[in-house]
Amino acid sequence: MTTATHRSAEQIGRTPTGPRPLPDLGVTREVPLPDVTDTTLSTGLRVLVARRASVPMVELRLRVPFADPDPGHGHPAIAELLSETLLTGTATRDRVAVDDDLAAVGAELGASVDPERLLVHGSGLADGLPVVLDVLADLLTGATHPDHEVARERERLVERIAVARAQPRTIAREALQRVRFGDHPITAEMPTAEAVTAVTAAQVRATHAASLVPRGSTLTLVGDVDPAAATAAVERALGSWTSERTALELAAPPYPTAGDLVLVHRPGSVQSQLRLSGPAVPREDPAYAALQLANLVFGGYFSSRWMENIREDKGYTYGAHSGAEFIPGGAVLGVDTDVASDVTAAALLETRYELGRLSAVPPTAAEIDAARSYAVGSLLISLDNQGGLASTIAGLAAVGLDLDWLRAHPARLHAVTPDEVAEAALRFFAPSGFSGVVVGDADVIGRGVRALGGIA
Amino acid sequence: MLHRTTLANGLRVLLVPDPATPVVGVAVHVDVGFRSEPEGRTGFAHLFEHLMFQGSESLEKLAHFRHVQGSGGVFNGSTHQDYTDYFEVLPAAALERALFLEADRLRAPTLSQENLANQIDVVKEEIRLNVLNRPYGGFPWILLPPVLYDTFPNAHNGYGDFSELEQASLDDAAAFFDTYYAPGNAQVTVAGFIDVDETLALVEKHFGDIPARPTPVRPSFAEPAPGAERRQAVPDAHAPLPALAMGFRLPDPAADLDGYLAHMLLASVLGDGEAARLQRRLVHADGLVTDISAAAGLMGSLDARDPDTFTITAVHPAAVDPDRVIGAVDEELEKLAAQGPSADELARQVARWSAGAHQENDRVMYRMLGLGARELLYGRAEITDELPGRLAAVTPAAVSAAAATLRGAGRGVLLVEPAKGEDA
Repeated sequence: MTTATHRSAEQIGRTPTGPRPLPDLGVTREVPLPDVTDTTLSTGLRVLVARRASVPMVELRLRVPFADPDPGHGHPAIAELLSETLLTGTATRDRVAVDDDLAAVGAELGASVDPERLLVHGSGLADGLPVVLDVLADLLTGATHPDHEVARERERLVERIAVARAQPRTIAREALQRVRFGDHPITAEMPTAEAVTAVTAAQVRATHAASLVPRGSTLTLVGDVDPAAATAAVERALGSWTSERTALELAAPPYPTAGDLVLVHRPGSVQSQLRLSGPAVPREDPAYAALQLANLVFGGYFSSRWMENIREDKGYTYGAHSGAEFIPGGAVLGVDTDVASDVTAAALLETRYELGRLSAVPPTAAEIDAARSYAVGSLLISLDNQGGLASTIAGLAAVGLDLDWLRAHPARLHAVTPDEVAEAALRFFAPSGFSGVVVGDADVIGRGVRALGGIA
Repeated sequence: MLHRTTLANGLRVLLVPDPATPVVGVAVHVDVGFRSEPEGRTGFAHLFEHLMFQGSESLEKLAHFRHVQGSGGVFNGSTHQDYTDYFEVLPAAALERALFLEADRLRAPTLSQENLANQIDVVKEEIRLNVLNRPYGGFPWILLPPVLYDTFPNAHNGYGDFSELEQASLDDAAAFFDTYYAPGNAQVTVAGFIDVDETLALVEKHFGDIPARPTPVRPSFAEPAPGAERRQAVPDAHAPLPALAMGFRLPDPAADLDGYLAHMLLASVLGDGEAARLQRRLVHADGLVTDISAAAGLMGSLDARDPDTFTITAVHPAAVDPDRVIGAVDEELEKLAAQGPSADELARQVARWSAGAHQENDRVMYRMLGLGARELLYGRAEITDELPGRLAAVTPAAVSAAAATLRGAGRGVLLVEPAKGEDA
């Protein structure tokens, strides 16, 4: 490629002094977690505030449990349109005014919804917090979901759903949810175009009034703010957001049962999505720390057995990941990778092999130590910014945990014994415990994967 | 506070202490990106990035990942137009280990036939995942440049063609390393919980004895701006809706930073937030597009040397003729060229950029990568910290002039057309 003289690959890889030793680690610092003030307002809204003054910003997360109160009557589509039109108009602000007022203080707000909760998330310059709270209050108590905005967002939502459903990952996710949870409302992550088309502005407004309520909801603020003053500011701004009702939590779905993988045909695919799943346990379970370590050894990080096998040894994939996903009442384990069509059967075989190997050949002490260091260190890194801390506090609060749980977690990880990891490996990773889907071009991959057995 | 020095072997060093965080980051920016890869070897810079994780004189294959993660850290690398970066963020206790890991592979990486073959397979999977198997794959960063640019460096696919990736040889890798990965062609950035003097001594200890090599003469990638509109349509078997991208040339950030910043603000005025011009007009008033956005820089703002690309991208329903979308964009550009944004409108976008800068500063990883890239590309990491002030000083007239420049110059227009595949 170049005519200049250069060393050979072999010469490049050697120096006169030879290999050098890896330096030792120094002393690890503690996770610097601030205190969190925890206040429940008379309206029922729970307010969590933590001061983290690293930059002059504040992060905001409002979580409203948003389960379907009346299955079969279009709630997922209504909820989706509600979140799309939440910021499009109030009695005093139109869509542009909402955005202008936020932008003036360097702020942004957005809304999203899933079968469990509606989330309003955002950030802004810390001294603009009163403006952000004023806009938020206006949206919660005064959003009008104007007819013309609902009509326009309905059109866009149908188009966006078409785009999303063309994504292989969306196709695989929908198929996996059906396999795991049948027709439980937790599967309704994306409405159909038909359901969206049928939604009226009146339904959106009625659902806002009935379901977007403070009792049962949690507002989390993290940033360069004084917790007491910020809580008082929330109380002033959101005091008029009231309801007699309590936000509705999603009922726990049934746990997935083991079974054959379902082959889903996507014509023209050049890759296949492997999505395997089995039961897991949530953070508060005594076995969680051991599960976390067993999962890291299997496929939870780059230096895992599965990743080293199917990527770094065999080149079947760009990425492979396993991990716990929290659901109401518990957790499930996901084992996900995308592989080329012509190696789909081979990758499935290796995946089952590694699942079997983890349960039959328990993680070594070295594997467990590496996983433990990663679990503690990556936790430290994930909390090193306001946004990460805000999302963590909000996520823990949703399942009744707080930062004390997090403060104690490194010690919990350190206390896990190799036997406990081996037990978790056998309990959660045995291949006989899984179900799932394989999405791809069935004309290309069908014969090979069916030959392995365990494919419906 | 930025501290910089250059080692005797030519390696540039940037230290950025932050006593408030318990983590450290180490990044190596190498002054070669996909624009510098040779003809016949598209995708080579990125493929080579993968090879740099495959072991070194001191560490066997897989050891790099295991040592970073086993020390509690995270890592990655990425290939851009003009640079390739390698980075890790770890608990502060692992600072020396991180410096050792980066130095060892910069000194003596293991380049083997087996690893090359393996990583060609991995890169092909990356391309299948991100481009071939998904709707709008490579839109617009791979698809737009060949419409706007004529020369190989600027126009070719940085992910690479499969046939050229497969032809890459071990000798290609050796030549690429010796040419571009000389210490004088690289820069180390260390950020986070560090003591400056102690860290400098550790950098010297681990990187200082990498022998100096000649550094390559960096060619100019300049080419004339297109004088007129160029247009090209490409089919997309997976896309459910048509999409289009308009590409324009940006001012050279090294020679005309304020002109470049005016284009950054123009992009915001056009596309950032519900009150932005193109959102109001095309999404909501006219209902022409599903989504639309504008950006200065093909892979991010201030992320490449000249020439770089200003983009406007949109996804639209099949019933809407793309020329209606383009016509409406042109009208909005003409309005801005004639009247400019209001002072308030501009101030709001500056406030959002400032907030975004604070958020970047709040994470060691982003702060380190932003400072490192600007230091390497423009020799002035300070640009990052000066950005809020300099953006605030941009006048409505300057944004107006930027809009007029876009209207007055040639451009590339890419149309993505859903192909009626068997799954349509």
